[in-house]
Amino acid sequence: MERNKIDVEAFVYSKRHILTTGAVLLLLAVPYSGFSQYIIRIMIMVGLYIILALGLNVLTGYTGLVSLGHAGFFAIGAYTAAILMLKLNMNFLLAAVISMTAAGIAGLLIGLPTLRLTGTYLSIVTLGFGEIVRMAAMNFESVTNGTLGLRNIPRPVFFGYQLTLANGGLYYLMLALLAAVTLACLAIKNSKLGRALRAIKTNELAASMMGIYTPGCKLAAFVISAVITGLAGAYYSSLVSYIDPNSFTFDISILILSIVILGGMGTVRGMYLGALILIVFPEIARPLMEWRFVVYGVVLIVMMRFKPQGVLGWRSSIPYRIPDEKNA
Amino acid sequence: MVAYLEAKNITIRFGGLTAIDNLSFKVERGQAVSIIGPNGAGKTTIFNALTGIYRLNEGSIHFDGKRIDGLAPWKIVSAGIARTFQNIRLFSDMRVIENVLVGTHIQMDYGFFDELFRTKRFKRLEDEKTRFAARLLREVGLEKRIHDYADNLPYGEQRKLEMVRAAATGAQLLLLDEPAAGMNPKESEELRQFILQLKDRGFTILLIEHDMNMVMNLSDYIYVVDSGRLIAEGRPHEIQGSSKVAAVYLGEGGAEEWAC
Repeated sequence: MERNKIDVEAFVYSKRHILTTGAVLLLLAVPYSGFSQYIIRIMIMVGLYIILALGLNVLTGYTGLVSLGHAGFFAIGAYTAAILMLKLNMNFLLAAVISMTAAGIAGLLIGLPTLRLTGTYLSIVTLGFGEIVRMAAMNFESVTNGTLGLRNIPRPVFFGYQLTLANGGLYYLMLALLAAVTLACLAIKNSKLGRALRAIKTNELAASMMGIYTPGCKLAAFVISAVITGLAGAYYSSLVSYIDPNSFTFDISILILSIVILGGMGTVRGMYLGALILIVFPEIARPLMEWRFVVYGVVLIVMMRFKPQGVLGWRSSIPYRIPDEKNA
Repeated sequence: MVAYLEAKNITIRFGGLTAIDNLSFKVERGQAVSIIGPNGAGKTTIFNALTGIYRLNEGSIHFDGKRIDGLAPWKIVSAGIARTFQNIRLFSDMRVIENVLVGTHIQMDYGFFDELFRTKRFKRLEDEKTRFAARLLREVGLEKRIHDYADNLPYGEQRKLEMVRAAATGAQLLLLDEPAAGMNPKESEELRQFILQLKDRGFTILLIEHDMNMVMNLSDYIYVVDSGRLIAEGRPHEIQGSSKVAAVYLGEGGAEEWAC
């Protein structure tokens, strides 16, 4: 079984340029391929949750800090963008940037007190954070309109052209954001910070003995994770045009975590598969729709018990790229 | 002349327990110095104090002319001290080469912007340090293991990897905590040669060891510690002949059996 996996991985890796180009072309062609708006909307939701998973993955997959409150950053991104677009008539891009900044600051504020906490205690703090954000959204009525939520959030407008589901604009925007976030996550993973985060995850004491400033790296992971999640929130508010505190419950945090764990913590490809499975299946198995949050919990338990590395989380056997020596 | 590393009258207490009691020692540049003593004597505590994990209650530690006690661990590593651990602390889920690359972290002088946008600076430094790491691994005979995951290595190679990783930080002073633990005589001899090679390359070594053969045939100077206190110091032959040291290890009756 291991043998087959390694062969598949080697094959895919050797053909990766063709495969990626092919996949990108197929994705670009979707709005013109006759899919119904319903299907396209599902694809957009899958893309949104891939971004959410990639964001959580930086904190949980790379650094090993399990967050149970990422819906909080999602909410901060969504509400900030919604309020800016509704009350100040701001354009989407600027609103998204400010939302990302707001989420990043929240990430910093949550990261700071957790620096000395380990495992369970850190997770509980994040859990509390998620709930606090939701409560704040419910009670801060003058700003967030409380439980009534914010309606008629405008669609993004680029150069006077409004992006909608019908014209494919929202879909392409999702692809662009997904590409950017994916590339950013890959860039971080295969670099100094990425290695430092993985070192901290495996053995924080040894990492500090390598001269790594571990508090700084953990905070960086929090901020990056929050920023990505905040970006997803900003897009989400424009996509669905109506948000309320119940869109950002603990269940959503668990859903994102389930995607990360099912797909394969620490890998980028796992986020794609995990989101695909967990977002599409309730649509296919309609009777399960009401039970889907139960299913997410079961997925978490089963995966952690039998295959904690996730479906696509095997150790890569592709040799590490060593640049050639210029002189012997 | 100021010593390269000097601990002056250091005392460390944990609540009511005095783990290190008014201890002083020094290491000159280029030397290999050993700290020996029974288990629980406080040897690893000394290492933890040197690397900033424990704070001193009294005394001071100076390295390369600067005072380092009270500094955070990452600052001490940047100053040029690296260590290995008694129970191996490799990054088990990362490859051998990646372990060494983590060691080069403080040498990789680029920022977040560089890595996000893959600038020329990033590529240049990554290539440079990756080649450097591969070369180090080749030199110690771990070439065939470069792509393997660290926890798949046999014990002796894991220990070597830990030392290579410490050396990759660019540190000049290496603290080796019982590197020969669990090794058979052949492996210990290989290790001894390896440490001598490190010394030849200009590293200064401070060693905690129980393997007397290694200690006696490697050290320029030896400090003997028991219950947190320095009970003897001297060159190998002086320590070898000391019945006081023998008594500490073997009890009063075993002193006659003290021969290496």
